[in-house]
Amino acid sequence: MTIHLSILVFFPLIAGLLAAFSPGSLAPKILLIGTIIPLVYTAYMITDFDAGAGLQHVTDDAWITELGIRYKLGVDGLNLWLIALTTVIAFASAIWLIVRPPAERVGLFCFHFALGETAVLGAFVSQDLALFVLFFDLMLVPFYFLVGQWGTGDRAAAALKMVIYTLVGSLLMLAAAVATAALTNPDAPITFVISELQANPLPETTQKWLFIAFALAFLIKMPAFPFQGWMPDAYKAMPLPALAFFSGVVSKVAAYGFLKLVLPLFPAATNDWNVILLVLAVISILYGSIQAFTQTNARLILGYSSVAQLGFITLGIFAMDSDAAGAQGALLQSINHGLVVAPLFFVIALLAERAGGSEDIRDYGGIAFRAPILAALFLIVALATLAMPGSANFAGEFLILLGAFSSVQFLAFVASVGVILASVYALRMYIRSMHNRVGEKVTSFEMSLRDGLVLVPLVIAIIAFALYPQLALDAGEATVRSTVEAVLR
Amino acid sequence: MSSVFAQATTKGPPINWEALSPFIALVVGACVVLLIGLARGAFIRRQVVPVLTLITLGVTAGLGIWQWDTNEAIISGALKVDNLTLALTMIFVAGGIAATFLSWRSIATVEAGEGEYYALMLTSILGMLVLVAANDLVVLFIGFELLSIPLYVLCATHMRREQSLESGLKYLIIGSVGSATLLYGLALLYGAAGGTNYADIAAVGSAMADDVLFLTGIALVMAGLAFKASVAPFHQWTPDVYEGAPTPVTGFMAVATKAAAFGVIIRLFDVALIDATVTWAPAFATLAVITIIVGNVGAIGQSSLKRMLAYSSVAQAGYMIAGVVVTTQLGISAVVFYLAIYVVMNLGAFAVITARERETGLGDDISSLYGLGRDRPLLAWPMTISMLALAGFPVTAGFFGKIYLINAAVDNGYAWLGVAIVIGSAISLAYYLRVVAAVWMREAPATSLTLSARPIMAGGSQEADDEARAAGIEPGADTGRVIADDFAEPSIAVSGPRLSQPEVVFVAIVCSIVTIAFGVYPEPLMDVARDAGAAFSSLL
Repeated sequence: MTIHLSILVFFPLIAGLLAAFSPGSLAPKILLIGTIIPLVYTAYMITDFDAGAGLQHVTDDAWITELGIRYKLGVDGLNLWLIALTTVIAFASAIWLIVRPPAERVGLFCFHFALGETAVLGAFVSQDLALFVLFFDLMLVPFYFLVGQWGTGDRAAAALKMVIYTLVGSLLMLAAAVATAALTNPDAPITFVISELQANPLPETTQKWLFIAFALAFLIKMPAFPFQGWMPDAYKAMPLPALAFFSGVVSKVAAYGFLKLVLPLFPAATNDWNVILLVLAVISILYGSIQAFTQTNARLILGYSSVAQLGFITLGIFAMDSDAAGAQGALLQSINHGLVVAPLFFVIALLAERAGGSEDIRDYGGIAFRAPILAALFLIVALATLAMPGSANFAGEFLILLGAFSSVQFLAFVASVGVILASVYALRMYIRSMHNRVGEKVTSFEMSLRDGLVLVPLVIAIIAFALYPQLALDAGEATVRSTVEAVLR
Repeated sequence: MSSVFAQATTKGPPINWEALSPFIALVVGACVVLLIGLARGAFIRRQVVPVLTLITLGVTAGLGIWQWDTNEAIISGALKVDNLTLALTMIFVAGGIAATFLSWRSIATVEAGEGEYYALMLTSILGMLVLVAANDLVVLFIGFELLSIPLYVLCATHMRREQSLESGLKYLIIGSVGSATLLYGLALLYGAAGGTNYADIAAVGSAMADDVLFLTGIALVMAGLAFKASVAPFHQWTPDVYEGAPTPVTGFMAVATKAAAFGVIIRLFDVALIDATVTWAPAFATLAVITIIVGNVGAIGQSSLKRMLAYSSVAQAGYMIAGVVVTTQLGISAVVFYLAIYVVMNLGAFAVITARERETGLGDDISSLYGLGRDRPLLAWPMTISMLALAGFPVTAGFFGKIYLINAAVDNGYAWLGVAIVIGSAISLAYYLRVVAAVWMREAPATSLTLSARPIMAGGSQEADDEARAAGIEPGADTGRVIADDFAEPSIAVSGPRLSQPEVVFVAIVCSIVTIAFGVYPEPLMDVARDAGAAFSSLL
């Protein structure tokens, strides 16, 4: 049986449209239904998945014949678990919106959120380059409105900065995507289907230019050093439920884009220029980590830790070791990071509630006193973040470093410092908020059952994944290996 | 003897009346509208005249569809009625219909006289039709003037406002300079080629590529047409004229004139001067880059929405030149597609501006949009969609318009023009998103005349709309029915807390629906565009 991926992609949007026209109390519940269906579909796809069968559940229809754009969707080992991550985080965020709805215009908030989920899912399942670019650019629109309308502080400026930064990259990618399609096999009719583009690689010099445009778009989206300028303002302004999804999932689309598009379409350019990407990755790791343990705003600590984590992911993708361990680790780590960062943002919301609304960790302290369960859950997530042995993050980072050590030893050595730094910033945040002297503004109380509805499932997912990360690795292994081998050849 | 005579009569210049019918419909319509407009009854002038205008435009469009795929040169090769002409006719008609709706309650129509106002508009459309169909230099110039002169008058129709008169005068003077330049260029081309028909010029094109007379002619023609298409550095009139003219006229001018100018540029350069491509293509490519930069940079920081859209139209002209420069069928199709979506993207915005001018008394200042998202979703969404589409966001028609143009540019070795387009789009985010932010992220100022008491035009106020529609058709309604617009005295604007303008909202919503529809499924429009490009069978 073929599951029609269109339903998976567009069901949230339909629910979001309904939510936009419903009263504020009902809207998040409609959104929840809109996120459950994709979750169930994904669960089914995981059980039904055949790791050796390549692209599955394919939808392939003519869409715009004049431009050679096809409506082609499919699932393979590369995107299966990222889709799962998306649906899980969206589901958790939808519960969050029920538990703690935004102050006003709830229906519209839900609509934008649902549009965001649709765009991310669409980007993950697209097997057509133009379709991918479309969804990739579309992702930005709902988050622009979410920051600008429901954000805090100087929200309009933050939203504009975010859009201009990321869209400059995306627009260059748009031009590069069109160029890729137009220049590939110029005698044949134009096509944007990725597998067909992959079959006819471009000349090396052309690849190099196109590689730059794509890499720029993805590095900005992640964000990686030195393109992280939009991140602090956007993270500070974005409403937390949206930020959990944004930080957990949207940045992974960029990592996925490297694996899905850049490596297969521009193998020669990847070989030539992967060192630049590796250096940027290592700088991101160090810069992100150092920023993360000097910042005091809890959101920014997580934001910069994401920069560091995505540095690890980029390192893995471009490690190019013959076993493809780095790339596999990168895929695993993409899922891990999404799973840990989303609950951390929820924890921030709970901490802020106990510290008079402050998100500055200097105002925290001693919150564990009357909230042992919250502290325990927080600790599990924090330990997963610092890649404690036994967590899935440990497996991911281990594979990445393994891959890097076998191909670029020096950079791998520098990068492993980042592992130590991760424990510094993760534990610093935990200790400053949960232990120490009780902060002046702090009134410690246990989390409610309703809040547990959001946090507990995510923590369970982290633990489950820690116990058996092999599931995701097995699914992705064949695809990742062939991608890397194609580049190395 | 008699047989010779019979032969002579049958050999009279053949006129394909069927192919000529869209032109005739406009002429007849303009005359009828002008005459009916002389009637004394307010009902006839206020309601019947615009309806007749709409009927004329509808008939023109219908005849155009009927003649689709004619592809014939008629009247001894003076006019070429092909799919490009007919596709652009649809664009003019769309612009005209929207402008009619927006003008319905405008004070400008009353001041100018309804009959004259709408007749001028129809005449201008006729001029556009002649211009894009022109297959002969003389016809080109006739079309050019027939298009321009009514527009000069239309810009000044808001007679009691200084800016409107200034706008008309400015447009007249600068437009005349453009016309003179064009005419001089045409004369030189004629002198060099020895014929006025495009076929004559094309025949000598390759031989004359180094001829000074010919090259000067091309340069002057290019400059003259660049005035009309607002291509930098010949764009300076655009912001002033756009800002001063009554908003419905601005909207009409922005979309229809642009389409006409590009229509004639395509036909003149990609047919008559096709063999001289090496001489004019680099010049046009340079102009494209300059235009993209000037337009996009100029638009940043404009607080008048009409000025902002004027600069944006300059920038968009720059994008479209890329499609002309490549001299391929793909390029022409891309330009036609972009012109078509450009119409809906812009008219949606102009409709919202018109509505807010009448409601707030803030004119077309960006502050008139503050708080729109909360108060008036039915105006806020069209404005948002228009801006996102102009910026080229996905799921709007603007996204595929850009892909199409970039594809055409890259396909024929102008990849750097594609890059210029995306860089321009990146700059344009700064001002398009400023409007979106004004709509959604700013609170309505307390001093604004946007009364919170006013019923929101969203879903629930259907009755209010119906009521206004019913009232609007009431014969007795006289001056009170006309809503002050375009910078009217604030005292007039305050009068209407319950302003209900269903036809303006209708235009805005239809435009945004079309924008989204072609953003999701552009295939039908692309087929039309491809047919228009295929009319140029000599090109690749």
